[in-house]
This record gives sequence, C-alpha cells and structure tokens, in this order.
Amino acid sequence: MEFWVTQLFNGVSYGALLFLLAAGLSLIFGMMRIVNMTHGSHYLLGCYVAVLLLARTGSYVVALLGAAVIIGVLGIIEWDRFLKGLSGQELAQVLTTMGLALIFQDLALLIWGGDPYNVRVPPALSGRYQVGTFFFPVYRVFMILVAGAVAVILWLVVERTRVGAMMRAAVDDAEMARGVGINVSVISLGVFALGAALAAVSGVVAGGFLGVYPGADFEILSYAFVVVIVGGLGSLKGALVGSLLVGLLDNFGKALFPELSYFTLFAPMAAILAVRPTGLFGRS
Amino acid sequence: MDPAGGMWGRRLGFAVLLLVLVVGPPYLPPFLLTLLTQTLIYSILAMSLDLILGYTGLSSLGHAGYLGLGAYSVGILATRHGAGFGTTLVVGIVLAGAVAAIFGLVALRATGVYFLMITLALGMVVWGLANRWVSLTQGDNGISNVPRPVLGLPWSFSKAIPFYYLVLAGFVLALLVLRVIVRSPFGHTLVGIRESESRMRTLGYNVWLHKYIAFVISGAVAGFAGVLWAYYNGFVSPSDLDLSVSIETLLMVALGGRGTLLGASIGAAVIVVLKNLVSAYTQRWLLILGIVYIGTIRYAPEGIVGALKQWGQWSRVRLSRSTA
Repeated sequence: MEFWVTQLFNGVSYGALLFLLAAGLSLIFGMMRIVNMTHGSHYLLGCYVAVLLLARTGSYVVALLGAAVIIGVLGIIEWDRFLKGLSGQELAQVLTTMGLALIFQDLALLIWGGDPYNVRVPPALSGRYQVGTFFFPVYRVFMILVAGAVAVILWLVVERTRVGAMMRAAVDDAEMARGVGINVSVISLGVFALGAALAAVSGVVAGGFLGVYPGADFEILSYAFVVVIVGGLGSLKGALVGSLLVGLLDNFGKALFPELSYFTLFAPMAAILAVRPTGLFGRS
Repeated sequence: MDPAGGMWGRRLGFAVLLLVLVVGPPYLPPFLLTLLTQTLIYSILAMSLDLILGYTGLSSLGHAGYLGLGAYSVGILATRHGAGFGTTLVVGIVLAGAVAAIFGLVALRATGVYFLMITLALGMVVWGLANRWVSLTQGDNGISNVPRPVLGLPWSFSKAIPFYYLVLAGFVLALLVLRVIVRSPFGHTLVGIRESESRMRTLGYNVWLHKYIAFVISGAVAGFAGVLWAYYNGFVSPSDLDLSVSIETLLMVALGGRGTLLGASIGAAVIVVLKNLVSAYTQRWLLILGIVYIGTIRYAPEGIVGALKQWGQWSRVRLSRSTA
C-alpha cells in the first residue's frame, strides 16, 4: 500500500514537471511543425541562469521569473536568426536546432563546468507534509501546483482569448489564417519564446530536486518528446495526459522492472502510436 | 559535355578513388589509417541512411539504433559464446533488419515531423535496452575485449592493415548493393515516392510497401556497419547508438549531399576527420560541430556534392558562352 501511494505521488509530481517542459514543446510543434532540439538546452540554461540570479538576489521568485524572461529572449533570437526562414523543411530544422543545442551545451560546459548544480529551495518549500502514515515532500506538492497553475493559464489563454483564437487558427491552417489577416510569423515568434520560457521554468523547478548537469539537456529532451508523441502534437490536453502517463510509467517502470526501465517507457508509446499515429489527442 | 562523357568521367573518378583506397593504405601513417577505417564504416551507415533519406525522403532520427543492434550482436556473441565472424555477421544483419521490420510497421504509419519523432523514440527503445538491460549488455560499462575476427586466412585481422582491407571490402560490397538497388526500377520508384507520394499511388504503386522494404534494407545495412564497428573498436557501449550518433549520421548525409550514396561517404569522411583532428587540438569540439550543423544548412543545403554540381554547371555555362 505504502509503495503504491508513494510511487503514485512521485509519478504524478514527475508528470507535473514533464508537463511544464512538454507544454511549450507541444505548442511549438503544433504551431510550426519544428522538431526543436534546443528545448532541452532551454531547460538546462534556465536552471543555470536561475542559480546565478539566486546567488545575486537571494530571491527564488526573481530567479524563477528572471530565468523565464532571459531564456524567452534567447528563444526570440534563435527564432529570428536561424529558424524563421526554414519553415516546412524538417531536416533543416532538426539539424539547425541540433547545432544550436550542441553550441549551448558546450558554452554551458565552458561557463559552468561539469559539476552538477542545484537550485537552493526556499525554506517555505522544504520539509514535508504528513497525512496519516504517509509523508509528502512540500517541494513535490509545489511542483504539482505550479504545473496546475500553468495548465489553467495556458488553457485560458489558448481557449478564451483573441490571441489564443489566432494561435488555434494558425495551428489549424496557417495559410488561411494569413489570408484573414493574422500575422502568423509574429504569433509563431511568440509561441517559440513562450515555449522557451516554459522550458526554463521547468529547468528551475527541476533544479530543486533533480539538479542539472551537462547532458541533462538531452536526457530530459527524450522524455519531452515521448510526452508530446503520446499526447499528440499541438494539443495541451494531450501534453497534460501524456505527462501524467509518462511520469507514472517511468516511476513504476523504474521501481518494478529496473532492468527494463526505458523499455517500459518507450514500448507503450510505440503501442499507442501503432493504434493512433498522431498521438492520443493529435489531429493529422 | 554529353551525358555519356559525364558518366565515363564519373566512372574514371570512381576507379581512381578505389585504386587509391586499395594501394594507398600500407604507406599511410597509423593515425590516418585509423581515420580511413572509421570513415569507411561510418560511410556504410551514412549510405544506408541515404537510401531512405535521400532516395525515399524519410528522415529517420533513430538510425544509430540499427548500428547498435549489429554492434551488440558481435559484442555479446563473440565475447560470451565465442561466435565467429560468419555467425555474428549474419545475426547482426538479420537482427537489425528484423527490428527495422517491426519498427517500420509503427513508424511508416506517420509522415513528416511525426515520422522523425517516432523514429527518434524507437531508437531510444534500443538505446534504453542497451543502457539498462545490464545482465545482457553490461549497461553503461559496455562490453570490452571484443576479439578481432579470425577467418582462417593467412593474415591476422588484429593488425590494422588487414582489418582495413576487410572493412574496405565491406564498404565496396555495401556500395554496390545499394547502387544496384537505387538504379533498379524499385529505386526509381522510391525517388518517385520522394517527389510525389500521391502521384505514385495514383499510378498504381504500392507506396507503403516500397517505403517499408527500403526501411528494412536500410536497417539491415546499418546493422552491417555496426558489426564492423564492434570488431574495429573492440568495445561496444550505449554511447555507440545514442541520439547524437543518429543525428550525426543525418548530418553526414546532408553535408555530403542527399541521394548520391558516395556523397554520404564524403560527409562521413569530413565528420570523422574533423572530429578526430579538432578534438586532438581543442576541447571545444562540440561547439565546432554545432557550427558545422548550422553552416551546412545555411551555406550548402544540397551538400558538398550538390555544391560541386552547381559549380560544374556554372563553369560549363561560362565555357559554352566564351566559345560561342
């Protein structure tokens, strides 16, 4: 019983982290059909920047928001300098974003070295809650709350605002959206920046319990890809369901079949794809 | 220049290249021989990817997985069961082809970005098994002391030069097989599919089956590259098949020129040489590799072979103008 409750809780909180990471990736996919290999770099760099800001200002909130803004701006530069002209060319996009990801990884190694970093968690978020005989770390509850808040905000923006309607129009049919006067390239730029900022937030949050180190960028990237593949490109609902599913599969897989832990993650994904090639909530 | 002349020119060029590859190596310093051996093995991998990327238009992000299957076949069978070259060769190729046959069923249901993502994830399945199925693969530590093959021939393949010739033979074989495939009616159909799937379907071709067969052949050839790699390196580990290798293979094909086979080997040569030379002089290899990725897309979107062709056409136009 205790095993199941603990693993369930761990799986859901890991899923929450994955949602923060994958929501942006999914929006970028849906919007621009870009396989964005820099998404893991934004996660890694976000955490490193937050460590710097935390050391300077001592404020967790400033570090979190500062990292999101700085990495968001980085995303704007990447989009404007490298990706704008490559729409529709999948291979060119993969190779360009891969090149950027390698450059970021190497620069991060040059600046921050090979040691792992942790984001120091404020005292209010450390410790744990006790419910009956179970203990729940406050930080993991915080992760779930942050992911929940981001999910609600994103949903409201996408479904209930004018900008959101424009985004959905651009996802459904970019040409038609352009035809009715929507500036699709500005919307794309905004989505790319938002995706980068969300990846940075997830990096900061992950920095509080996983820590980051060189190579964490590509490690987490494959998880984000799996979430988006399972959920369906461009679907927020898909990102949410996919994150929970992947978080739980990964946790139970590692606990129950440690030898096959990656297999228990990727094999169900392959099975879902075999039935629904566009993911659970994706449209072709 | 008339097309027949161009063909003979290319044949002559190929013959000279082959002659250099056959005659040259005994005179090369050991370091260069190593680079050449690595280049030939990666060329086989890159050419196998070119069959589906360049000719069929399928960008696979998990191609290193098939190399890994071939390499682990050797690693496991040769160290633990004392299997010989013939056995590991057959098992490596058949296993890689069989896994490609299973993965192809899943991956080919999708196109475009979805295909990229699915092949990436399937490649990660193989990588995950290599990494975590410790009792079989020894996980992160990898399998070391893979013996060089013994073929009952008068020379020993543990020496660099005989082993080079073994790899060269494998390279020429792979090149010929792939060349026969892309020049056959089957190969022309693949190019037709790349250009327009719907048109080929309207003409009555079974598009899916053509893609599927190309996908399986590509996986099997990549497995062959993996077999040679394991014998060459004497060591197999998960890093042989991680995502960065898959993407590097894509880069080799894109850099050399898609849909040209030999272009893929030129790309492989450039990357192998750069990797070894640059990392000998600086720690910033990844930075430079990143710049090569971006530079290729920016300045040579059709690859080296594409750029050469363009240059050839341009100079021919100028020549014909000046004689007119």
